Amino acid sequence: MTKSTRSLIGLGLGLFAAGGVLAAGADLGNTTKQATNWVAIAMFVVFVLITLGITRWAAMKTKTAADFYTAGGGITGFQNGLAIAGDYMSAASFLGISGLVFANGFDGLIFSIGWLVGWPVITFLMAERLRNLGKFTFADVASYRFAQTPTRTFAAIGTLVVVAFYMIAQMVGAGQLIKVLFGLEYIYAVMIVGVLMMCYVLFGGMTATTWVQIIKAIMLLCGASFMALAVLWQFNFNPEALFAKAVEVHSKHDAIMSPGVLIKDPVSAISVGMALMFGTAGLPHILMRFFTVPSAKDARKSVGWATTWIGYFYILTFIIGFGAIVMLTQDPAAYYVPKMVDGVQAVGADGKPVWDGLRGGGNMAAIHLSNAVGGNVFLGFISAVAFATILAVVSGLTLSGASAVSHDLYATVFKHGNADSASELRVSKITTIFLGIIAVGLGIAFEKENVAYMVMLAFVIACSANFPILFMSVLWKDCTTKGAVAGGVVGLISSVVLTILSASVWEAVMHNPKGSAWFPYSSPAIFSMTAAFVVIYVVSKLDNSKQAQLERSLYPAQKVRSETGFGASSASGH
Amino acid sequence: MSEDIVARIEANPKYHELVHKRNSFGITLSILMIIAYYGYILLIAFNKEWLGTKLGAGMVTSVGIPLGVGVIVFTIIVTNIYVRRANTEFDDLNAEILREANKK
Repeated sequence: MTKSTRSLIGLGLGLFAAGGVLAAGADLGNTTKQATNWVAIAMFVVFVLITLGITRWAAMKTKTAADFYTAGGGITGFQNGLAIAGDYMSAASFLGISGLVFANGFDGLIFSIGWLVGWPVITFLMAERLRNLGKFTFADVASYRFAQTPTRTFAAIGTLVVVAFYMIAQMVGAGQLIKVLFGLEYIYAVMIVGVLMMCYVLFGGMTATTWVQIIKAIMLLCGASFMALAVLWQFNFNPEALFAKAVEVHSKHDAIMSPGVLIKDPVSAISVGMALMFGTAGLPHILMRFFTVPSAKDARKSVGWATTWIGYFYILTFIIGFGAIVMLTQDPAAYYVPKMVDGVQAVGADGKPVWDGLRGGGNMAAIHLSNAVGGNVFLGFISAVAFATILAVVSGLTLSGASAVSHDLYATVFKHGNADSASELRVSKITTIFLGIIAVGLGIAFEKENVAYMVMLAFVIACSANFPILFMSVLWKDCTTKGAVAGGVVGLISSVVLTILSASVWEAVMHNPKGSAWFPYSSPAIFSMTAAFVVIYVVSKLDNSKQAQLERSLYPAQKVRSETGFGASSASGH
Repeated sequence: MSEDIVARIEANPKYHELVHKRNSFGITLSILMIIAYYGYILLIAFNKEWLGTKLGAGMVTSVGIPLGVGVIVFTIIVTNIYVRRANTEFDDLNAEILREANKK
């Protein structure tokens, strides 16, 4: 793949960090602060007040560790479906994919599909088994019949590493985005995100986090639906007419109707596909959502709804991207940066003024479109939604990280399962404060760094370390502690090392010469995930210790519970 | 006591029927999903021209667009088919197994 191809992937996968390939100044890191947008700020303040009110109500209900981790298991399937969608539809997918469609047309669709296909895998293989075996974290499931200390410790590390990379990308994205949307300084933006996220999680636990995600999902779905309808309405709901106009006005003309540079070599294509498909089933903050519902039936309902909403949303982003192509070119002075030559705007051969990229960068396509279809008030609404989106995602991440520390490391590894609910809750709250401070610190530290690879790295680790352990421990009777931990470690290390050796870090971050990256593909998943599975298989097969025999003998009972839900953790979580 | 119940569930042929039916259904749908997704990706990798072919004379919409949206819609549909069947047919069988195990 070429440099520009990778940059495209970075745009879709990372947050707002793709270089100036798509449109001049697509990197939000280089944009200047915009004028303060009071309407957007007012809308956002309303959102914050509502969610803080909910947090207060949730705080009264959050008394035990179970309330904190899983909202007492009292969320319905439909609510949880929306919350999962709210957790998953990040600002990267909203602004990044619509920006990618705006720049390249068809290629944006490839990303939408990739982000979605993990959901059936979760539905068919994981959702009900997770609910039946687990209580608070995915480590509960992975370590069900295994030695607690090594399995939990590894699962907690897997959780924290994934959370850390995902979080950095979100925090940096938040800072850059808010700088552009609200006209606030980067550092204030990052701190506002950190403080609000800490409030939700600290006081309201999973109940507040869930409602923040639900409200955000509804706002995002409504806002995006309105934009897509407004675009389609202009073309009498005839997509052909929309595409025809887009081909006419887009600088690449008919090329936006067919696949471009995004997929070149099949190995990279499949590898990226694997990371997205199986990584989704290994994201700790997503897996954790399955413990908030009362039964396996509701777990399935949640994932059915989540897939429906997320899929619908991706179809909307495609329409929004094309809508932006058509509508923003009608008023270039409002949305584009003039191309300046010697202090005056350049004039083309046809006598028309020449425009550079979008104001604020390529990821602003959806934001500008909201202004074009709904004026300043709707622009404020969509900007507030984008901010809320980041808040909802980071809250879920923080909660997941705090649970790994308090439930897996503190209560199980350190206290050997003898911690009482009150002290476990206290540890999770202290951890939340720490994670909030660390997140703000990392957000500031990485301000000027290229973080495009980080979300992808989180997915690769999730699919190469977390997913194989979960999958094998639940579905393969001969899997043992040693096998699972060895495979997980290999998956984790190979993901990180191969990512560093690939162009997205070796060249784009470490500034080595172009073409010098040792690892030639865009994603290591095809190798690192395979390696993890092979190591789990071989080490488990070779493991004939007493412990291994005990673990194998526990499999039938585990299987009965995972398949029928007999003995599953009850709705109250006790 | 709960070990007794586990043993009874395991001894019940309906349990094995449930596991077999649900898992083979899940695996079949997973394979369909994998074919649909990787098929689309490989088509992009190896046959861009065909995906860029126009749907009809004088049209701009290419074959790849309805096909891509089709993969999204297909994903939503197979997921919900699984959820519906698991939540009705399989869950009824599951409830029956648990009832029988607790009764004896």
